[in-house]
Formats: sequence, C-alpha cells, structure tokens
Amino acid sequence: MTENSSTQVLAQELEKAATQAEERVSVASNWQLVWWRFKKNRLALFSAAVLIFFYLIVLIPDFFATQDPEATEARLVFIPAQALNLFDESGLHPWVPAVVGKRNPVTLRMEWQVDPTKKVYVRFFGSGFKYSILGLFRTDIHLLGLEDPKSEDKIYLLGTDRLGRDQWSRMMYSTRTSMTVGLVAVALSVILGVLLGGISGYFGGWIDLIIQRLIELLQSLPTIPIWLAMTAALPQDWRPDQVFFAITIILAFIGWTTLGREVRGRFLSLREEDFVLAADLAGCSRFRIITRHMVPAFMSHIIATSTLAIPVMIVSETSLSFLGLGIRPPAISWGVLLQEAQNIQTIAQAPWLLTPGLFVILAVLAFNLVGDGLRDAADPYGH
Amino acid sequence: MTNHPTIQLPNHPTTQRLLEVKNLHKYFPIRKGFFRKTIGNVRAVDDVSFFVNEGETLGLVGESGCGKTTTARCILRALTPTSGEMLFRPKAGQTVDLAKLSRQGLRPLRPQMQMIFQDPYGSLNPRMTLFDIVGEPLLVNGMKNRKERTERVAEILRLVGLRPEYMQRYPHAFSGGQRQRIGIARALALHPRLVVADEPVSALDVSVQAQILNLLLELQKRLHLTYLFVAHNLSVVKHISDRVAVMYVGKIVETATTQALFNSPKHPYTAALLAAVPVPDPRVRTGNVELKGEVPSPANPPSGCYFHPRCGYAVDICRVQAPVFREIVPSHFVSCHRADELKLQGIA
Repeated sequence: MTENSSTQVLAQELEKAATQAEERVSVASNWQLVWWRFKKNRLALFSAAVLIFFYLIVLIPDFFATQDPEATEARLVFIPAQALNLFDESGLHPWVPAVVGKRNPVTLRMEWQVDPTKKVYVRFFGSGFKYSILGLFRTDIHLLGLEDPKSEDKIYLLGTDRLGRDQWSRMMYSTRTSMTVGLVAVALSVILGVLLGGISGYFGGWIDLIIQRLIELLQSLPTIPIWLAMTAALPQDWRPDQVFFAITIILAFIGWTTLGREVRGRFLSLREEDFVLAADLAGCSRFRIITRHMVPAFMSHIIATSTLAIPVMIVSETSLSFLGLGIRPPAISWGVLLQEAQNIQTIAQAPWLLTPGLFVILAVLAFNLVGDGLRDAADPYGH
Repeated sequence: MTNHPTIQLPNHPTTQRLLEVKNLHKYFPIRKGFFRKTIGNVRAVDDVSFFVNEGETLGLVGESGCGKTTTARCILRALTPTSGEMLFRPKAGQTVDLAKLSRQGLRPLRPQMQMIFQDPYGSLNPRMTLFDIVGEPLLVNGMKNRKERTERVAEILRLVGLRPEYMQRYPHAFSGGQRQRIGIARALALHPRLVVADEPVSALDVSVQAQILNLLLELQKRLHLTYLFVAHNLSVVKHISDRVAVMYVGKIVETATTQALFNSPKHPYTAALLAAVPVPDPRVRTGNVELKGEVPSPANPPSGCYFHPRCGYAVDICRVQAPVFREIVPSHFVSCHRADELKLQGIA
C-alpha cells in the first residue's frame, strides 16, 4: 500500500512539475526566451564569461597590473616572461623564478634569463603602487604583489620591452583602451544606424533614397585610405584622450552603414506586419507604434549585430594604431603595444612582445562567438 | 434574450445602412526607372460599390488577387483609396466619408470599426502579454486606469471563450484557434459596430474553423455587430453571411442575399465558383463548369467584360463592351450582358 501511494504521489509531483514548467514558458517574456536559448550554447556562454573578464580588466586595470605601466628601467630591458608557480616544496606558496643578468662577452649586452632555483615569493591581493578604483577610493591592493614589498625584486609576468616597462601591466592598461574603443565606436554607430536607418525605412520616399545612396557611397569608399586621411587630419597637438575620441568617431562614421541598412530592412518588413497594422487600427500614435511595437521587435537583432560589429572596430583600431595612425603613445592600446613588435629582430629577441596579438585574437573570437550565439537566440519565435 | 437582434432583410424599411461604399478605386502605381516615373497602374479595386446594413453580415468573396483584402483595408483606411466615397454612420452624429478623413480625423472613429486578421501568428505582437494586446486599444483610447482595464480585458476574454487567468501569458503559449480568439478579443475590446474580418478562418484547421465561425455568429447576436466578412471559401460564407458580394479583378460582379446567390446565381463567374464547392455526397453530379485559365492581371485587364476570356457563355458584345452593374431582380445586382437569358445552376 505504501509503495502504491508513493508512486501515486510521485506521479502527481511529476505532473505538477510539468504544468509548472509549462506555465513558466507561457509567461516568459521575449528576453527570457532569448536567454534560455542563448544559455544552451555552451561556447557562447563561455565566450561571454571571457568578455566579462575582459571588461573587468577595463574597469580596474590597476588592480590586475603589477607595476606602473609607464615606469622605465634602462637596465632591465627585454627581461623574459616569468611564469607564475602556485606551489613550492612546502605546499601552496606562489612564486615566480628570479631573473639573472649576464653580460654577453661578444655583444656586450646584458642578457637576462630566468633562474628557477631562485624563487621570488608573491602573494595574491598583495600591496603595490597606489591607485584609485574608478576615482572613488584609493588603495594599493593588487591581484599579485610581492610577499615582501620592501624587497628589490620585481614581477615581470610577461617580461619587459626595450625600455624596461612591464609588458603585463601595459597589457592591462591597453586592454582598457582597445576594448573601450570597440564599445564606444559601436555604440555611436548603433545610434547613427538606428536613427538614419529608422528614418529611411519608416518614411521611405526621397529621404530613403538619399540615405541609401549615402550608405552606398560610404561603403564603396576603401576604408583604410579613408581612415588614413581622416586620422592624418587630426591635429598633432591633441591630447591622447582627444585623439581617442576622434578615432572612435571616425570608426563609427564608417561603421554605421551596415547597421543602418539592417534597421531599414527591419522597418520595411515590420511596417507590413499585421500586428503593426492592428496597433494602427486600434488608434495608437506613430510614436507608440515605433517604440512599443517596431523597435522591440528588432532590438535583439540589433544587439546581436552590434556584438558582431565590436570585433571589427577592435581590429580596425589595432591596425590603425599599429601603423602609427591611431592612438599614439603615451596612450597605449593593443595596436600601440604591437608597434613594439614591428621588426623581426625584436620578435626573435623578445617574442613575449607579441602577446597583445593573442589578446586581440581572444577578444575578437569571444565577441564573434557571443554574437553568433545571440543571433541564433535573437528570434525565439522563428519557425 | 431580449437584446436578440432580428436578422433584418435588406431593403426592409427599418434597416439602416452602416456603411455605404460608392465607386471605390484603389490603384497602385507601377514605377520604373531612376526617376520612378509612373508607367501604369495596378487596379486592385476598380469602381466598387456596395453597402452593409446594420447588424448584418456581408460576405465578400472571390479568387486570390481579386481585390477583396484591398477593399477591406481601404474601408478601415489602412490604405488610402485613390477615389470614391465610403460613407459610415457613426454611433452619434453625422454620416462621415471615411475616404476624406485625415489620420487625426480617423482616430475618434477607430473604436467603432475594427479588424480581425487572417494570420493568427503575424497579427499578435509576440513581445506583449495577452493583457497588453487586448488592453492596448483600451489604453490608447483613454482607459488609463489599470484596474479598470484588467476587468474589461477579463470580461472580453471570457466573452471569446478564453480564461482570464491567461492574461499574463504571451501569444506563444497558445494554439492557432486560441490566438484567433485573442485577435477577436482585441477587435471587440472597444465595442466596435463594424468588424471587418479578413479571411478569419482560412489559416485555421477545419475542426477549429467551425468553432471560430460559431463564436463570430454568437458574438454578433450578443453585441449587435455588423460584419464585413472577406473569404474565398464559399461554404464558410454561406454559413455566416446574410448577403454576399462576388468580386472579380477589382470589380463586384454580383451581389444578392445569400439564399438568392447560392440558389440562382446570375453571373457565370459566381456559377463557376459554386460549381467548385465540394459537395459531401458522392452521388451528386455537379454541372462541372470548370474555370479555365488564370485570373487576369489587374495591371492589364482584358477588354469589355473582364471575365470574357474564361467565360463559357461569352458572345461578341462581351469582348468589347463592359457590362453595367444592374438590379436584375429586387436586391439582386449583377453585371453581365446575358444575365437575363442564362439559366445558371446554383447549389441548394
């Protein structure tokens, strides 16, 4: 009897759970459905986590840096990367191998090598140089610090460049610049694209004609020479932050066209949708139809498309800066850092200077995977 | 049932015309070239006149592409007609010509005329809950109080056979038939007088079609609605309509009471459509006047009577002269040169 009743109870429980799940789907909004579909895509989810980590660096690069990115040390140039070890013989006790310099008897250059026998002990959340978090409060806590802050040793997780600057710390600061350029440029082009594409698609007629011809004109221009011309036109005496904003505006100015076309296409097809006509017949104002019915219908597509546009912007900025036409030192971006690795001699001598390239690949890949995942999830009602 | 409206016969002295369409034209220009010069017109609706009495159902039938939907959308001013008059008698005040009103001028009339759509999927915004979909007409027409709106939406949902508890659900939780009920609920939210139903059941399963049609009939009785029912399925039209208008290439070729039209059609096109209706009796042999060829393009219609290339009864005059739309028996209008002499077969 007990077994019988317990199976009955179980069956009831299962049924209840099933109806609850059904109820959950019934009242799920569009964004919930998109999230549920996106969640199934493991690769996109993982990439999203990578991007979140990148933007954490963007927010507080100082925390991840181990040294002042601008501090030069003429003696300590081209120090190789020191790998971080978590355990020593006694157990969990993070350390990096010390570097020892030897003068090359032929070239008379100092040559640095890691010496794994000598350990420099480090600790997580140790103290280092002072900085302020988001301008709110000051601290000297870093992700990685020397166990003995007073010692002369230094941590070069990715070695140093030709001026003895710490590559790892410079990477953290350049991540901030490069990732922000992508985001700001795409934000600007979304604004331009939605505005001009929306006007073009909603009103049609000669306005549409003019905007479409403008887009075709902009798209037919070869991008690299245009960038070169526009960045060359920037005054030389501008501050780095002014140059930064000028670059994002230039990127956005060329980049909005694809989005503009997409938005126009959406408006054109949505204008014919029955539910838009129904809203019109119900007596809704034009503003309400656009904001409540049309824009939400393509918002998820816009987000997916702009996610796919960010890596293009990042690569554009990197190539411009690499050519010396984008962001200029002392401001640093991935492209600026890669400038250091422009000749074969440097690459042979200090291959760790290519690490910004890895970051570019990682960021671009992550954005593309997330964008693809969003695009697939963007229309949960698709048949 | 005290408020049960008696079905009024057309031309009965007490009937009142709710809508009268006179010489409605809707041309779509064909543009070509860089300067988008107009090189011709698609005559989607070409001189259409009819009327709808209060409380009745007028069925508008025809093949695909004959201008039924365009006519329906012109009446609701989803499209602006090229010319013609559409006289509508509002609940209060003077008869107005819908064709002449501006977007702003139409807004106060919107609550009185609503539409039921063909596609139960495309006509509901998938990003809005049932409450938002059915409540939106109320909101934009001045019912700002959320509680009041909730009560009204619940009332309408019950009216169309949906549970008010579904209010927070999204359309994706419902089947085609249920979605069509939602569409009907939205159309009825504002107590309209004229409901234009554009093929409301043709996208549904046959089993659900009957449910929706019976719901429409029941709602008509209870709410004293007037329907303009667009369809291509004659059995459906026969079931629901009081009168029927038959369209062919942008023109109305015949209009009569449902009984008269189905029993004794006067236009060969109507007869051909009736012959195509499947009869659920294997022993019945229909005259089988099969329609040959395609509907001609409204951009380039044939000379004379538009139907003559496909008509088995066409004579010389049909090729050169367009027939006049005339009343052949009381309240039975037809445009055919040979309407008096032909003995066409209907279905009982």
